[in-house]
Amino acid sequence: MPRNAAVLIALGLLSVGPTIRLPAQSLRVPYQTFTLPNGLQVILHEDHSVPVVAVNTWFHVGSADEQPGRTGFAHLFEHIMFMGSRHVPTGEFDRQLEAAGADNNGSTTEDRTNYYEDGPANALALMLYLDSDRMGFLLPEITPEKVELQRGVVENERRQSYENRPYGLADENILKRLYPSNHPYNWPVIGSMADLEAATIEDVRRFFQTYYTPNNATVAIAGDIAPREARRLAERYFGDIPRGPAVTRTPPPAVRLDADVYATLEDRVQLPRVYHAWHTVKAFADDDATLDVVANVLAGGRSSRLYRRLVYDLQIATDVVAFQDGGRIDGKFELSATARPGHDLAELHRVIDEEVKKLADEGPTPREVERAQNGFEAQFLSRLERVGGFGGKADQLNLYNYFVGTPDYFQKDLDRYRRVTRAAVQRAVRTYLVAPHRVVLSVVPQGKPELAVKAGATP
Amino acid sequence: MKTVGRLGGWPVRCAAAAFLTAYACNRLAAQVDRTKPPTLPPPPALKLPVIQTATLENGLTLAVVEMHKVPVVDVQVMVDAGAARDLADAPGLATFTAAMLQQGAGTRGALEVADEAAFLGAELNTTASFDGAVASVHVPKRRLDGALDLLADVVLRPAFSDSEVARQRELRGAQLVQQRDEPVAVANIAFPAIVFGAAHPYGHPLNGTDAATAALARQRVVDFYRTYYRPAGARILIVGDVNLAEARRLVAARFGGWERGDVPVFPAAAAPAPAARAVYLIDKPGAAQSVIRIGHVGPPRTTPDWYALDVLNTILGGAFTSRLNQNLRETHGYTYGAFSQFAARRLSGAFVALASVVTAKTDSSLIEFLKELRRIRDEPVPAAELAKAKAYVTLGLPGEFETTSGAAARFRELLAFGLPLDYYDHYIERINAVTADDVQRVARRYIDPDHFDIVVVGDRSQIETGIKALNEGPIMYRDVWGQEIK
Repeated sequence: MPRNAAVLIALGLLSVGPTIRLPAQSLRVPYQTFTLPNGLQVILHEDHSVPVVAVNTWFHVGSADEQPGRTGFAHLFEHIMFMGSRHVPTGEFDRQLEAAGADNNGSTTEDRTNYYEDGPANALALMLYLDSDRMGFLLPEITPEKVELQRGVVENERRQSYENRPYGLADENILKRLYPSNHPYNWPVIGSMADLEAATIEDVRRFFQTYYTPNNATVAIAGDIAPREARRLAERYFGDIPRGPAVTRTPPPAVRLDADVYATLEDRVQLPRVYHAWHTVKAFADDDATLDVVANVLAGGRSSRLYRRLVYDLQIATDVVAFQDGGRIDGKFELSATARPGHDLAELHRVIDEEVKKLADEGPTPREVERAQNGFEAQFLSRLERVGGFGGKADQLNLYNYFVGTPDYFQKDLDRYRRVTRAAVQRAVRTYLVAPHRVVLSVVPQGKPELAVKAGATP
Repeated sequence: MKTVGRLGGWPVRCAAAAFLTAYACNRLAAQVDRTKPPTLPPPPALKLPVIQTATLENGLTLAVVEMHKVPVVDVQVMVDAGAARDLADAPGLATFTAAMLQQGAGTRGALEVADEAAFLGAELNTTASFDGAVASVHVPKRRLDGALDLLADVVLRPAFSDSEVARQRELRGAQLVQQRDEPVAVANIAFPAIVFGAAHPYGHPLNGTDAATAALARQRVVDFYRTYYRPAGARILIVGDVNLAEARRLVAARFGGWERGDVPVFPAAAAPAPAARAVYLIDKPGAAQSVIRIGHVGPPRTTPDWYALDVLNTILGGAFTSRLNQNLRETHGYTYGAFSQFAARRLSGAFVALASVVTAKTDSSLIEFLKELRRIRDEPVPAAELAKAKAYVTLGLPGEFETTSGAAARFRELLAFGLPLDYYDHYIERINAVTADDVQRVARRYIDPDHFDIVVVGDRSQIETGIKALNEGPIMYRDVWGQEIK
């Protein structure tokens, strides 16, 4: 329900792109955009099918902007954004929205932080009033006590979603081996307990002044709106928030692995699981969509190659998952499988390598590519059903706007998937999964490190 | 920035450059009175999609909801084949049978069914809850024909081959091993086991036990399927870019030949007698959090008190600003979220309050839970809080019908529980009629702290002493199935 450190990466936005053979205008999401003098960009989209409105705000800051010793701070800050602002006492943000029949949430990734309010169309002014107050007037109201409270909530989020969940700490163990310590993707969005403990109110002030400025944000308003009125309200509520300093970022060093890295994590699990992770490409870069198709061919559901081999034919695994995760700075491809009782990770590891090599050698069948494209198309259509929430049209307009510079990129995104060929899939597997080095992480039951995949186990 | 449409002329006035225009914009904005929230115009009129029904000759009910915004269709075949029907020696049979529907059907083998669904861009699901089974597809309109062909194969012509039964049995056995590692899954199995007891149709694990799974024979699956997968108790709900005539034609061509058969009546088990309040502790050494479930048997979905319960639960634990979440999360920081619900069931469901809390605050969290669960009975709910809850429920209703899957879920509820099809036409007035007295009345009737089963999955060595000191009842020790430890 509330304020999760979003891992939209894997399952959500970026890996879900479509292929479609409908008339092109079916995929148009008409919009209007304007920028206030303070630099805040607003995007409007009309959809009168249901009398609801969605306000979706992206701040262009994420865990990749965090400083050493303060991992998890961008997400902790997201929580603090709900703790009241000068004209909206603590708790009133949620109370006023619920009393108007609206829901809200926020999420943080490596690259951005987003917030939304969804509700009946008449609640638009309230949503903009509340959002603008925290964008303009948060700081005077934030006290050490409020920081302390949300620190406790976030630490419990870390416990609930990572520490107390089987295999939940795999991701952070992969990241720190895939990226050097000076790379912004070296740590997980949720951060470490020690760093969450270290965060201070001074950090909150500095972060707010640096990143939570109108010129570092975009607001998408979608749904049953009158654009002229929506614009008037946006100007009214956001117009007097002062512009902040421009955000500057030093591009991180390019990364690659010079050798395969084998690592083991002992966890409170009975069945061992092996993870493979490779460096790939950024979101929307060439090959990003191709790698989504690669993931689908290898492990997208029960008709995929690895499901068939590992789970169905050999019956040595309970599940297998693969995804391309392209971010703003870099991308990775991840593949994991869990061993059945009585089977070990070396068996799984061997079959995974065989199937990856086979796909590199022979390429996919035409049906495999078309099947993947059809699946992306269907997911894409279903996403157009909603104006709000994570992944709804308002959120998607902000995503495209930030990553590719134009809000209505729906059709072009689709075209990326439509263009993927068998040869491209084969080349991507060779280029990104066979030739380069990788991280191999074994998650094994406590006290059983011998169950891990050994270096050099690959034929 | 690109600007299109009716607002094309506006950026000249308010975009970056000219000092004067920028000043004008800022001056306008500076007049904003932020001291109080804006007065909102009246909420939009309620306009929900309409459900239409037809009955096929073989007794099958068809329900259609037209939604034409996006060319997608959601199809749900609801069958009276839920896990409440499981035989005493075969817990998990209903969910196993539902899963088996996809493992080969018509002329296709298991992998071919999966391949065809994926090729159509169709999400194919076959699952069972305690109250019923559902086979569904969500698919782009232009592939609806193929998806319905596949769905009809899955529902009417499942193969249930020996080899696939064996394969599914092995897979499920491994999944049951994995399930033990997941504290939330353990709590969700143990709680109903303790609340309902093994003799009640809702008291066994939905996905069965190790022993029952290992012993599942093909014939049990075939018999279960033949008994319960019949058109008389079934309904097909289609929501999306279709009309009734078209839907009727598509469904009649594929499901018109579904063979009739009498489905045994749904079990009418009495709710077990309430037990005295006790804490049931399931040890999870090293757990970072304790997973808490507090509750007891509740009313069936069809109770006339459901509207008042909806409001009550919204106040107590159904929304972000509800009391449990405000207390345990926003005041104390013990958890990432605390909630409650009355499970919607054909028989008496369960009331449950729940959270995952930091291990060191397990006892403190139980104190706050019990405080809130007693307060909602003892004190009338203040008017503003009642109004907020009612507004949240009623004004949020249209949003629930925005997507085909969202609308399908709401209409499926009506069909599953035999509620009137014009239910939502009167829903808002019924909710608005709920008074503070009603809330207190149903709180006292349906939340009974003297008979709470308090289930805690956590690190016994860290939490037991604190829980004992609460003096809220005896501590019983249970295994991951919620059963007594022998």
